[in-house]
Amino acid sequence: MSRILPHPVMAAVLLIVWVLLMDSLAPGVVLLGVILSLLLTHWSANFWASQPRFHRVGVLLRFIPLVLWDIVVANLNVARLILGSNSKLRPHFLEVPLDLSDPYAKVVLASVITLTPGTVSAEFSEDRQTLLVHALNIADPDEEIRQIKTRYEAPLKEIFECSTSR
Amino acid sequence: MITDVIISALLIFGAALALIGSLGLAKLPDFFMRLHGPSKATTLGLGSILIAAAVYGLSSDTLGIAARPILITFFLFITTPVSAHLLARAAIRHRLYSQAELPPQREPKHEPPQR
Repeated sequence: MSRILPHPVMAAVLLIVWVLLMDSLAPGVVLLGVILSLLLTHWSANFWASQPRFHRVGVLLRFIPLVLWDIVVANLNVARLILGSNSKLRPHFLEVPLDLSDPYAKVVLASVITLTPGTVSAEFSEDRQTLLVHALNIADPDEEIRQIKTRYEAPLKEIFECSTSR
Repeated sequence: MITDVIISALLIFGAALALIGSLGLAKLPDFFMRLHGPSKATTLGLGSILIAAAVYGLSSDTLGIAARPILITFFLFITTPVSAHLLARAAIRHRLYSQAELPPQREPKHEPPQR
């Protein structure tokens, strides 16, 4: 199983994306998609540190709409900030200490922070346990850090690292 | 008729957000704050334009068109943060002018770039 198909989930995603892009279910298209997804996952197998594990799919399903909603709200907020006066903005660098250890969880957290406007993840510390975040307008840095940790980091920790299974 | 109204509203909303994002890129005072402008234009701005395209695809006979905007949104959402992160990282290394206090330098000191 692992020899032939090192990353079954990634292979499946690649195949689905391929079929959707080609917009066809013709046998030739599907066959080529299967061959490509097998070859690509095989060739890139050494590149991936580990297999991401999704422990709590339910949490993930609640997390995605939460993030989408936050993106909408924060977008409108930042649009208002941009149209307002520059001198009212209080930009700030936040140092968010991380409790995550899974590299995929960290990547998702950094991406989510950037996607929700008003904050951009800027740099990981050398030991990868602190994430530097630039915020466009912050009244209370500690409150914002707490917000990031409870709203995004805690569910990600549950999704990627919950140790109850296996 | 109603789908036309929805599509038009989404297009105008998305275009307005893209405009505001670009405006932010032009008017905000330092590099790190400017990064926030485009990250916004690509999330909700392009998002609503692509939703409009998906609605159009669903309302017309060619169903396949609906899938592509969703794929584009997906690709954008996974690539935008990476480029923003790299830009911010490079800017910190170069000690670009910032209104927010920059974090302490980790590497051996370089001459701060002229601004």
